[in-house]
Amino acid sequence: MINIIIYTVVTLSVLGLLLALVLFLIARKFKVEEDPRIDQIEAIMPGANCGGCGFAGCRAFSENVVKATSLDGFFCPVGGNEVMKKVAATMGYAVEENVPKIAVVRCNGTCEARPKTSVYDGISSCKVIKTLYQGDTGCKYGCFGQGDCVEACVFNALKMNTETGLPEVNEDNCVACGACVKACPQGIIELRNKGMKNRRVYVACMNQDKGGVARKACANACIGCKKCEQVCPFDAIKVENFLSYIDYDKCRLCRKCVDVCPTGAILTDNFPLKKKLEINHAEVNPIGVNHAEVKSIAIKQESKKMEA
Amino acid sequence: MKTFRMGGVHPHDDKISKNATIEIFPPLDKAYISMSQHIGAPAKPIVKVGDYVKVGQLIGEKAGFISANIHSSVSGTVTAIKPYADLAGKMVNTIFIDVEGDEWEEKIDRSPELAKEIRFNKEEIIKRIEECGIVGMGGASFPTNVKLSPPPGKIAEFLIINGVECEPYLTSDYRMMMEYPDEILVGASILMKALDVKKGFIAIEENKREAIELLKSKQEDYPGIKIVPLKKKYPQGGEKQLIDAVVGRQVPSKGLPIDAGAVVQNCATAFAVYEAVQKHKPLFEGVITITGLHAPAQKNYKLRVGTPLEKVAEYAGGIPDSVAKLISGGPMMGKAIFNMSAASVKSSSSILMFTKEETIRKEESNCIRCGKCIEACPMGLEPYMLYKLAKTKDYDQLEKDLVYDCIECGCCLYTCPANIPLLDLIRVAKSDVMGIIKSRPKK
Repeated sequence: MINIIIYTVVTLSVLGLLLALVLFLIARKFKVEEDPRIDQIEAIMPGANCGGCGFAGCRAFSENVVKATSLDGFFCPVGGNEVMKKVAATMGYAVEENVPKIAVVRCNGTCEARPKTSVYDGISSCKVIKTLYQGDTGCKYGCFGQGDCVEACVFNALKMNTETGLPEVNEDNCVACGACVKACPQGIIELRNKGMKNRRVYVACMNQDKGGVARKACANACIGCKKCEQVCPFDAIKVENFLSYIDYDKCRLCRKCVDVCPTGAILTDNFPLKKKLEINHAEVNPIGVNHAEVKSIAIKQESKKMEA
Repeated sequence: MKTFRMGGVHPHDDKISKNATIEIFPPLDKAYISMSQHIGAPAKPIVKVGDYVKVGQLIGEKAGFISANIHSSVSGTVTAIKPYADLAGKMVNTIFIDVEGDEWEEKIDRSPELAKEIRFNKEEIIKRIEECGIVGMGGASFPTNVKLSPPPGKIAEFLIINGVECEPYLTSDYRMMMEYPDEILVGASILMKALDVKKGFIAIEENKREAIELLKSKQEDYPGIKIVPLKKKYPQGGEKQLIDAVVGRQVPSKGLPIDAGAVVQNCATAFAVYEAVQKHKPLFEGVITITGLHAPAQKNYKLRVGTPLEKVAEYAGGIPDSVAKLISGGPMMGKAIFNMSAASVKSSSSILMFTKEETIRKEESNCIRCGKCIEACPMGLEPYMLYKLAKTKDYDQLEKDLVYDCIECGCCLYTCPANIPLLDLIRVAKSDVMGIIKSRPKK
């Protein structure tokens, strides 16, 4: 009886040792040389595998960083500058600081402002609507409200507001990976600079129709009146195809455009309440003359002269 | 009686407008003629604002190989050339014409006599068809002259005229076969001559018995043409299904009908070809069905291109309040009309009126893997699997599972007991996969 146990133990041990030797030799022979820095960088990465950097996950990003000769074009939006500094230190490259960004929904066509013109009873997917027709409202540029962006967001930063029918960005969660930008068939989500103290000014409209048509479809639409373009002291606003666009690199957040916009298409984020602003205006401009008005009147007079 | 092998469903046929004879729809005071009435590049307008045009005058020139000429359907003055919203609200370049009288081009032979003798040779026929802007009237609007010129190395062996009209409700093709049987047969003979084929089939489903009998009584006068009655089954009007049903050949995956030696043309196209070649009349009219169980009247109109659909519906008795959905094309494959002020185009075949109860989407539940969709798919695909893959965006596997072979007939969606919107997602996945295939560098 005891012999059987001994034999078994001995044969199995010998077999195990033999196989271990075979495995050891094979592992040695076929060893893949890999840069140890890939693992190091992967450990630094946040590990969200969101694809926001343009590569298929954090591992692919690390592999490409190791292959590259500089860090140009590499940026992890989730980790931001901190992670990129660590990556740069590991690799020994210089890195430029990127301005933090955030997703912004450029449509303010709420259910009240933008009445429905037809009933959509298909499946709830913006992409499907896009293949079928212009959407269930009069505006063919605006949000379809079926939440493809919410589905695409892995950071839980987007939520559908059931009252307005528009997606809302949760600023604490958004890392600007750009997944929602790709998911939106209408292209209404834009990555913009987070801005000073998280303050932003942007045109919440994508409607490129003429003013009258746009206004008919949506009360909050940009009608391309160019008032904002004229009032902007920093030359940050351009109106093209009846649609205003604020360049976030040039914008200094003075909010003059917000005041002149006749349809309220320009939205602001995280500014203090409006009352304080009016007091500020009075201080800056005690006589109460609106520079923008003066400028626009001057332009009109000039053009009249030209015509005459 | 023959039919195609794989899949198919049997929707209730509801051809309630089949006994309404074709009435001529009078031209209205304004016409909106779209420059994009076909697949391919939109035509280029060659008239200016203020020009006087006659009925049948060329106003849009084809721009590219796959494109078609557009002719005026009315006589009058051009008032504007600007974008105008189509059925789905998409803006397309359109010529606006204020109608004055009804003056036709002199070259058009307006006599009602049948011109049986074919005076032209192959090249002249194709040239005439191209000149007259004939496109496929079955719905896809593919330029006919392109279809009649097979690519080198491929030989057409036979022609099939599609008189199947497998979609429920539609009766425009049936009415044409009943009222213009000789014209369609001459048109088929012209197409056979253009293709250099000796065999031609006219396929008709058995629910149109009168049309089968009428055409059969005339087929002896036209050598080579045979009437083929088919069993009733949807989607028999699909090119690939029709070839399988009529001659028992299958078109290979990714292939075209010409790979099976066949060219398929709709019977309304055959009629248009007859008018173009024998009477020199360009394509600017088509038969449209206005129907629905709750429609005020069942009508078949001969309608000129560029008539706003709301005016057509108004003329036919208006749209009752109970109607909640209007569909252009058949109920299976047609599209809901978003914009009723859109103008009719060459291939407009119907306005269907449905109440809310008739078109309601039932609540979706879970897939029970019954396999009904696989049984129903006429292309032998696995719709439930494609749906799952489309949900997870697995484009590699979708391509391996031949999603591009889907003909978007909607049989899977029709038959699904769990009311899963299979086709909606498969259609999107198909266009995504096609985009990926196209974007690949060619070897």
